[in-house]
Amino acid sequence: MKAMRDVWGDTLVELGNTNPNVLVLDADLANSTKADKFAKAHPERFLQMGIAEQNFVGAAVGLASVGYIPWLSSFAVFFTHRALDPIRMLVAQTNANVKLGAAYAGVLTGLTGKTHQDVEDLAIMRSMPEMTVLAPADRVECEAAMRWATDYRGPVYLRLARDVCSDVFDSDYQFTPGKTYSLKEGRDVLLVSTGPQSSRCKEAAQLLESEGISAGVLHVPSIKPLNFEELIRACEPFSLVVTVEEHNIHGGLGALVAEILSEHSPRRVIRFGIEDRWGESAPNEYLLDLFQLSPARLSERVKQAVQGAK
Amino acid sequence: MSNGEDYSELVELARRGRWLAISTVAKSGAGHVGGPFSAMDILIALYFRVLRVDPQNPQWPARDRFILSKGHSSIGLYVVMALRGFLPIEELKTFDKGNSRLQGHPDVTKLPGLDTSTGSLGQGLSVGLGMALGARLRGEKFHTFVMIGDGELQEGMIWEALDVAPRYKLGNLTAILDLNGLQQFGWVLAINEEHRGDRKDPWPGIDLRGIFERLGWRCLEINGHDFSQIIPALESSKASGDSDQPTMIIAHTVKGKGVRFTEGKHEWHSKVATKEELKIIAEELGIQEALV
Repeated sequence: MKAMRDVWGDTLVELGNTNPNVLVLDADLANSTKADKFAKAHPERFLQMGIAEQNFVGAAVGLASVGYIPWLSSFAVFFTHRALDPIRMLVAQTNANVKLGAAYAGVLTGLTGKTHQDVEDLAIMRSMPEMTVLAPADRVECEAAMRWATDYRGPVYLRLARDVCSDVFDSDYQFTPGKTYSLKEGRDVLLVSTGPQSSRCKEAAQLLESEGISAGVLHVPSIKPLNFEELIRACEPFSLVVTVEEHNIHGGLGALVAEILSEHSPRRVIRFGIEDRWGESAPNEYLLDLFQLSPARLSERVKQAVQGAK
Repeated sequence: MSNGEDYSELVELARRGRWLAISTVAKSGAGHVGGPFSAMDILIALYFRVLRVDPQNPQWPARDRFILSKGHSSIGLYVVMALRGFLPIEELKTFDKGNSRLQGHPDVTKLPGLDTSTGSLGQGLSVGLGMALGARLRGEKFHTFVMIGDGELQEGMIWEALDVAPRYKLGNLTAILDLNGLQQFGWVLAINEEHRGDRKDPWPGIDLRGIFERLGWRCLEINGHDFSQIIPALESSKASGDSDQPTMIIAHTVKGKGVRFTEGKHEWHSKVATKEELKIIAEELGIQEALV
């Protein structure tokens, strides 16, 4: 098992091996994010930009203008909050070929507390025109999304988890922007999730089987763009859709799904996630339990929702 | 730093540029005057003498780069680009109108010849830093110029770039500080207090040159309205493109320069001239063409 930050670091190295235009810009966190693997492998293309996230976004735009593909490495919060203005004006509004590697997203950030827990990033980034927003589930998908983003010409926000994420996909997985992926078929309820939360949903669905509840799981790695028709088709057999995200229930995946379904295919949508509050410093298991995102807590809540809907 | 050369052609262009800027703003009903006027002589010098650019081939990869970080002075830049042949003079009429390449703030996705978008202040120097760093990594010889304002210098992001650029020894990067002594609204002067403009200087009594030099910038200080100082400073910074220090040209300018009643007046930061004012301005600038 490999932590997602190690997948990120190792994939950067591989991208650097095959593409001479790949640069990595760091805002003094490389030994946390594991971008330091790239610094070791390709020191001439690793650019330390100091603790100055606004400037490193701007510098990346300049580097992209001469044909480089800059991958920026920092914590999610420092992109979506500290450096949002240059991301908006310099990156998104000019459609610059800049890739934002947003590490430590969500609440499982290694005992940092609410200051470093980004539960708003999907809401912020998906409302930005011309921005692509991706949240891979596991090792395989993270690597595939990074390869796709490097070849794609335009801005990409990549939401990354810090720690080990359970395997969801096989090595033959292919990433397609906008595509949704069924992780489990079901009849009674559909769980729609994103990022590593999708694998916790899959585990919850397995627990629900023993309770006699058949829950499907749909994984949405591409918050933007998103193939609406595919999502609607997947939801249509279900009278109840439950969205689950390691993010505020406002503005993120749950809001996205509710927006699409209410407009095109109205049905009941319940949003599970962080209920408009801040996190705290605690081990992952504690936080998943607190926010009811662990497979056990999730399965209980889904069971209640299904029984309540009957 | 005066070199005794004849710059009358540039003086004439700058006079015409100021007229086009203020009359375009008057026609469009909104826009900035003070900043474009303080920057005009430097913009003319850049586009007519210093920048290696080709109006027929605005995306030419080997071109020198120019970023107007103080993007609200856009009309000044558009006028100079029009005079230089990047767009028809006639097109200035479309400024700020719908479906125009001439947006209120420079939009790189609309107008070929711009090198990035600016408007939210404090961001241009970082992009210029990236361009200069990219040129170094690629072994390309173009030079990158970024014009910043003294009001704009209050933005924290500029200081991030001021710190990082010398660390990468970017001799191919030049910042030009349009030190016109006023910002949009700023702070009021105390009784009996005198600054260059009618409000407090954005950096009153601060030794900016000393700060820049300690951060690692090579500093040149000029009168930003005297071509015999502007051109040698810009050329000297470009000539030191292979050196290990970025250059900061501190250009002492006057906000609203060129017309007596706009000089040093904060209200002319963005103001539309009346017909009567335009007549006086045309006289002062020596513009013969008919007024609208």
